[in-house]
Amino acid sequence: MTNTFETKNGRSHIAAAFAQAQETQSAALMPYFTLGFPDRATSLDVVEAIAPYSDLIELGVPFSDPLADGPTIQRSTQIALENGTTTADCLAMVRELRLRGVDKPFLLMGYYNPILAYGIETYVRDAAAAGADGFIVPDLPPEEADEFEQAAQAADLVLIPFLAPTSNPERIATIAPKAQGFIYLVSVAGVTGARSQVQSDLGEFVARVREYARVPLAVGFGIGTPEQAAKVGALADGVIVGSALVSVADKAEAKSEAAGAFVASLQAGLKKG
Amino acid sequence: MLQNTTSVPDKHGKFGPYGGQFVPETLMPAIEELIQAYDDARNDPAFMAEFDYLLKSYVGRPSPISHAKRLSAALGGAQIYLKREDLNHSGAHKINNALGQALLAKRMGKQRIVAETGAGQHGVGSATACALLGLECIVYMGSVDIARQQPNVYRMKLLGAEVVPVESGSKTLKDAINEAIRDWVTNVDSTHYLLGSVLGPHPYPMMVRDFQSIIGIEAREQLLNEVGRLPDTIIACVGGGSNAMGIFHAFREDEAVDLIGVEAGGEGIASGKHAARFADLAISRIGVLHGTKSYVMQTPDGQIMETHSISAGLDYPSVGPEHALLRDQERAGYTYATDEEALAAFQTLCKTEGIIPALESSHAMAEAIKRAPTMRPDQIILVNLSGRGDKDLDTVMRALAL
Ligand SMILES: Cc1ncc(COP(=O)(O)O)c(C=O)c1O
Repeated sequence: MTNTFETKNGRSHIAAAFAQAQETQSAALMPYFTLGFPDRATSLDVVEAIAPYSDLIELGVPFSDPLADGPTIQRSTQIALENGTTTADCLAMVRELRLRGVDKPFLLMGYYNPILAYGIETYVRDAAAAGADGFIVPDLPPEEADEFEQAAQAADLVLIPFLAPTSNPERIATIAPKAQGFIYLVSVAGVTGARSQVQSDLGEFVARVREYARVPLAVGFGIGTPEQAAKVGALADGVIVGSALVSVADKAEAKSEAAGAFVASLQAGLKKG
Repeated sequence: MLQNTTSVPDKHGKFGPYGGQFVPETLMPAIEELIQAYDDARNDPAFMAEFDYLLKSYVGRPSPISHAKRLSAALGGAQIYLKREDLNHSGAHKINNALGQALLAKRMGKQRIVAETGAGQHGVGSATACALLGLECIVYMGSVDIARQQPNVYRMKLLGAEVVPVESGSKTLKDAINEAIRDWVTNVDSTHYLLGSVLGPHPYPMMVRDFQSIIGIEAREQLLNEVGRLPDTIIACVGGGSNAMGIFHAFREDEAVDLIGVEAGGEGIASGKHAARFADLAISRIGVLHGTKSYVMQTPDGQIMETHSISAGLDYPSVGPEHALLRDQERAGYTYATDEEALAAFQTLCKTEGIIPALESSHAMAEAIKRAPTMRPDQIILVNLSGRGDKDLDTVMRALAL
């Protein structure tokens, strides 16, 4: 197991997680959960409960206008905001999770405006101090990311770039080789949310990016069952599951148990042999 | 012809520190394609001729300027001239941009149009342009706005558009834009997003300005022909800022002409219930919303705030990036009018000139009414009367308890 006392947070922590997952699984598993949903304490319990079955964890920092998200994650972030969740509190939650012994790489997924409001450099520095490893900012394409990227680099954390099925060859050729950590491949043109089927041309998309990439490729958007995870895991290096997990936790009485069991089932779908 | 005489935005869509392209990767290729297509189109005389022809034969351009003689006399100061965008087909300036973009979408081979609307005027403009050009049209509209702009909802439906109620967030314009962007990102190959103001990622703020710049080009020529001089002051309301950019643009180099934008003061700045992005710098700071960097009304934590205005078209927490730059450069000045002042100006224009203005435009009128008495009778104020008020009758009747 990776150990936060030996492994530095950031780039190397992420690389180690992908490498280690490969020993027993077809791909690394990265669940997403919204911090502060349905309330602060429960969200921490959920993350702790899913951690043993996860290789990396994406933590949602709520924003009022999440335009890349579908209804499930929108609702969860809205509830988190109604509960008074702030960006500063999300960073405090990261720290608490580390103190509780959760040692998986954390990727903070949040929109750009709250980061600007917090201050880019301060945000990156506080996130690093809290124990985060990287950032996923859906409305910050590489064209606008210089300042953030520099701040992240200085802290040895990574800003994860996206590529989408719509990304043309020129964009893939410029974005993929420079990527740090991993590349987030959006499986379908659209917003987050569980879908009934995996895109049939996903393999071809992954292959196109792989030609240029020097880091693992993780696929997200629309993956919600162990079968889908297995299918995607056979093609990519990482599988990201968000809306389905949020909705499992939302519906269950015993939220962290249900979330843990669900992520365990996803992991089982990725096991080798 | 479209006018693009200024150096802004640069090729990254920056207006000084403002503007840009803050959108998900899925949309970036579509935006690159749009930049290219727009650049080709505006340099293609055939495209421009078709646009000009439709503006004349279908919209009814040029819209006239009217000398508001009785109002000017009653105020005892500057002569007020109105640029009559209310006389355009479909009732507002919004049609200029809607037609331009619909033509462009068609040229790009996109058959499906999504649009957002607040007051419903841009929705109506888009539905009209799509009906004319045979395009499918889906309009996202907050449920709060649907309730207060019913006549425009009926119009859009009659014109063959699908109106999709938006129930998320504040259920107004900003939420309608979120949903339109979500639709666009999902259907990006077949769909053009027909954004209705000088907002959003590059090239929208530039392209919408260019399509609206006909307003100022005409008004400048009309005043020179009919009065023999340029105005001293130009006043326009600022929601996203398209009618204001449209009338300002041609006067940009006329340094002696004051450019004044009027935001929605709602129930007053102190109440916090307003949409005066430039007036309340305690809660309005530079941020990113809907793909562009500009002033944004937000909490200290960076959450977007709900705004308030009696006019749905001004009820938006951010403002076009070029306005932020014009303000920094002190080329334009910005002020606000409250709901009450707009309502009073609405009634004044009805009674003194026989013109029922849109509540949005009434904000510009309110500022003209404040300023005219401080100016000399040989001076000229040009007001952009961006739209007509038919859509607002219910709101006004209720507010005045008629
Ligand atoms: C008549 C009228 N004027 C003004 C506006 C505000 O938009 P903008 O600031 O882009 O001109 C609207 C928006 O709906 C409108 O309908």
